[in-house]
Amino acid sequence: MSAVNTKLKDLLGWVDERFPLTSNWKAHLSEYYAPKNFNFWYFFGSLALLVLVIQIVTGIFLVMHFKPDASLNAAGVPVAFASVEYIMRDVPWGWLIRYMHSTGASAFFIVVYMHMFRGMLYGSYRKPRELIWIFGMLIFLCLMAEAFFGYLLPWGQMSYWGAQVIVNLFSAIPFVGPDLSLWIRGDYVVGDATLNRFFAFHVIAVPLVLVGLVVAHILALHEVGSNNPDGIEIKKKKDAKGIPLDGIPFHPYYTVKDIMGVVVFLMVFSLIVFFAPEVGGYFLEYNNFFPANPMQTPPHIAPVWYFTPFYSILRAVTYPLFGIDAKFWGVVAMGASAMIFVLLPWLDRSPAKSIRYRGPIYKTFLAAFVISFFVLGYLGVLPPTPVRTLVSQICSVIYFAFFLLMPIYSSIDKCKPEPDRVTSSGHGVKK
Amino acid sequence: MKKLVTSLFISLATSLLFVPSLAMASGTELHLDHAPDRSGNKAALQNGAKIFVNYCLNCHSASYMRYNRLKDIGLTDQQIKDNLLFTTDKVGESMSVAMRRDEAKEWFGVAPPDLTVIARARASEAGSGADWLYTYLRGFYRDSERPTGWNNTVFANVGMPHVMWELQGEQVLGEDHKLTLATPGKMQPQAYDDMVADLVGFLQYMGEPGAAKRKSLGWIVLIFLGVLFVLAYALKREYWKDIH
Repeated sequence: MSAVNTKLKDLLGWVDERFPLTSNWKAHLSEYYAPKNFNFWYFFGSLALLVLVIQIVTGIFLVMHFKPDASLNAAGVPVAFASVEYIMRDVPWGWLIRYMHSTGASAFFIVVYMHMFRGMLYGSYRKPRELIWIFGMLIFLCLMAEAFFGYLLPWGQMSYWGAQVIVNLFSAIPFVGPDLSLWIRGDYVVGDATLNRFFAFHVIAVPLVLVGLVVAHILALHEVGSNNPDGIEIKKKKDAKGIPLDGIPFHPYYTVKDIMGVVVFLMVFSLIVFFAPEVGGYFLEYNNFFPANPMQTPPHIAPVWYFTPFYSILRAVTYPLFGIDAKFWGVVAMGASAMIFVLLPWLDRSPAKSIRYRGPIYKTFLAAFVISFFVLGYLGVLPPTPVRTLVSQICSVIYFAFFLLMPIYSSIDKCKPEPDRVTSSGHGVKK
Repeated sequence: MKKLVTSLFISLATSLLFVPSLAMASGTELHLDHAPDRSGNKAALQNGAKIFVNYCLNCHSASYMRYNRLKDIGLTDQQIKDNLLFTTDKVGESMSVAMRRDEAKEWFGVAPPDLTVIARARASEAGSGADWLYTYLRGFYRDSERPTGWNNTVFANVGMPHVMWELQGEQVLGEDHKLTLATPGKMQPQAYDDMVADLVGFLQYMGEPGAAKRKSLGWIVLIFLGVLFVLAYALKREYWKDIH
């Protein structure tokens, strides 16, 4: 036994002389000190990584059988659409792989929205974590692009007309718009050229950037250290060896804790995959079981649920400005609403980072923001009516007010003093 | 703090109260009859398969569905060969049609759609895809203004004539938008409804043949994850007992 151990140690030594294996293991896992007071909200970072792996692995197997081809087969069905049904029926376990991938797309957004909200609750974007936050927002942008490109691939009615609507948005840009949307599509309508280039973006271009950004996100995190629910820096209080007093090694403490989170997540994930993969038409839209038909516009084109808050903001803009079409300003508002989070580190002037020590004004604004986000999301799946447009306009104003008024209200808000040390134990119990 | 929580709660509650009134405004009022559940009833599904092959598969393909997949609903290869194979002689073939699509388009104005996943595509807020099909197949009525002589209550100006009119008889649409049976067919109304329910049950099965297996496997996966959770929780507790 000890002979084997010595051999393994020799091997490890051999590797370490040539590759920083042990030093990286220590820097990122066994000697990366994370605050001991992480709560429920801190599961979603590792879960996002898990979903990324699920999407990549299931995606590889889907690519083996999927055909990005818009031409019609002998039965008059687009080859791409038929190949998805081929995966569902004739490929062994294909249905499981496909449902995991389609559920994974929605799960990714749920997990990432929770992860972002965690950052907003505890001020994780504040100095010195601005770059982590920026990398995170770029990941979110990639994720939206990835979801948009991927949604065209099954070549159903919603795939087709959703892509048509979104690509047409670019044509609202003055002067270059129409040529730009033509360039994106590769054709005058969404067609085979569009399907093939979206396939290329979906399976290689965006995932490469995404994985690179995830690495940068984690490297930046491990450089400055994790925030925590109290929003204080654990590195300010260290013991004689230089280890933060409120820090514990990520491995094994948070690896075993995250495994627990992973199992709970997989239970929820399995409930959807095995018992309700369509989730009432929200994860898999019913209309997408009709093959794409360029001659027949569906009565109501709705994006998938994770885009609907931003889509509502797009539709809420109904006034032309400076002689430019309202549609253009809608696109600007939509883009701004998705990306304005990136400014948070500089908009927030509060002395306290965590919601626990912030004053009532911030809490009120945050609650109003969350409500407006949900209402906008709900309105985005419905066809517009005058009342709904009015409500979405009000919610859009609240949405942007949360960000744009933040420099004012966060600096006048009455905050409680922050503690010196973290206030709750690892079990989430207040001391 | 308490006051703040209360006011937040009230504002959230009022905004949620507002939501149904927003949903109400959607205009489409499509009333669908509830399709009887035939899943798991193999005799009914086999009957549905027979009706599908005899009445639908002349014009509509089910091109992602292989004949030998029907072993799912309790048929043997020999039974499939003897009773259901009209367009091919190989049980591994998919359910295609001989009719040419361009000709079909000339005859009906639109090529008859592939029906493999129709029961999934027709689902909406109004009801499941099975409900839609169950109402649709019982909703044909005489309309002299249509080229085929037929119209439908849930699919206005439908291109398809009433293929099963000999069985159901001829319905007419009254002033009150209610259907009445003007000329009885070979089947009693209840028997016709039962037959349509079998056919719809088959279409629903065909939309996702693996659905039953998916659900039964789901329970096994959940039980496994339940056991795994107990172990993961115990492991976490063991490691964390020193952290205060």
